[in-house]
Amino acid sequence: MDYDQVVPYIPNLRRYARALVGDRHAADDLVQDTLERAVTKFHLWRPGNLRAWLFSIMHNVFVNQLRARRISPSAEMDENFAGATTPGWIIDVRDLERGLAKLPAEQREVVLMVSLEDLSYEEVSRALGVPIGTVMSRLSRGREKLRRHMDGESARPNLKAVP
Amino acid sequence: MNLDDDLLQAFVDGMLGESERASVEAALAHDADANRRVLRLVEQRRLLHERFDPVLLEPLPARLQMRRPRWIGFARAAGVLAVGVAIGLAAPRPWQAAPGTELVPSSLAAAALPARAARAHLVYAAEVRHPVEVDASQQEHLVGWLSKRLGTKLKVPVLSPEGFELLGGRLLPGPEGPVAQFMYQDGGGKRLTLYVSARARDEGQTAFRVSQEGAVSVFYWIDGNWGYALSGEIDRPALSRISTNVYRQLNP
Repeated sequence: MDYDQVVPYIPNLRRYARALVGDRHAADDLVQDTLERAVTKFHLWRPGNLRAWLFSIMHNVFVNQLRARRISPSAEMDENFAGATTPGWIIDVRDLERGLAKLPAEQREVVLMVSLEDLSYEEVSRALGVPIGTVMSRLSRGREKLRRHMDGESARPNLKAVP
Repeated sequence: MNLDDDLLQAFVDGMLGESERASVEAALAHDADANRRVLRLVEQRRLLHERFDPVLLEPLPARLQMRRPRWIGFARAAGVLAVGVAIGLAAPRPWQAAPGTELVPSSLAAAALPARAARAHLVYAAEVRHPVEVDASQQEHLVGWLSKRLGTKLKVPVLSPEGFELLGGRLLPGPEGPVAQFMYQDGGGKRLTLYVSARARDEGQTAFRVSQEGAVSVFYWIDGNWGYALSGEIDRPALSRISTNVYRQLNP
């Protein structure tokens, strides 16, 4: 395989993995396993969309890691962000990461592939091996759930409606 | 027009064709509720990028640096390698440093300016849907943003007289920090990219140089603390002429 072809995608794979699993080391484990698998499977790649192919490999590795429980599906995100006096924007960041961690993995994957990595629905459909309709419904459910989580958590108690 | 969630989502994700996109835009003007839903989707995308884009610029840990086995470098230099035939043989974990060996910087970090520029060109000039991060319609924002990230006042050359219009630009990770890439396209869909990167410590000032990276020709020069590279799959005389033009606009 030609390393030069894959190298430019490594930063994207890392960004996606970080958002997907939260923890930096677990994310880089995922990237490393993906690159290793890509090297051994490179003969299976048909010239075309290398980026989508790499994401499909990462998906397979991720699913295997979930099965082997090397990644907790709702791994708590890095807690070192915030201390006792937390500025508002940090609350936002933690809400975002908590919200992501709470999504079912299959929704989190789709939300991140589309929103963060700009894969087309068709590329996601190929990477995950599911129909486009499934991609779109996971996407909208995942986004809605994430939004509700963030709205809910950042609302102050005294602003909540009293039943 | 029924602005249901699937349609709005596809609109925000850039999945609609030109005419469909225009009709959604028109319908949105009369639908405050749909507008709110679009804004929420856009806001969520923005938050995700704001949080995770910095990962793109983090230096790669050693275990993720895909190192080309040394013998390939020699073989290439000697011109004896049939590209792609034997590379797989050296595949097992080539990016892991053997104990005790000095870590060779990743090819991302160590590659010279023209090689990095050509790679970035190959990746993004081939993108059909997302060739740029910020398009030329927001040129002021684009230039302001990239100038801020690179910490210098960037100028975007005008290449219309050469038949190339600005498509937009994007921010990329580089060994010396953020890199800006501007993309241009001509009437026939041919693309040029201008890559602007902080000068690496071991790079001296250079006048115009040309380098051939596969199918991509690269003209590059280093001026002060900055390296510039213009890449394209076009013939060299044309690229040389355009590069001279770019240089003149950057150094009036």
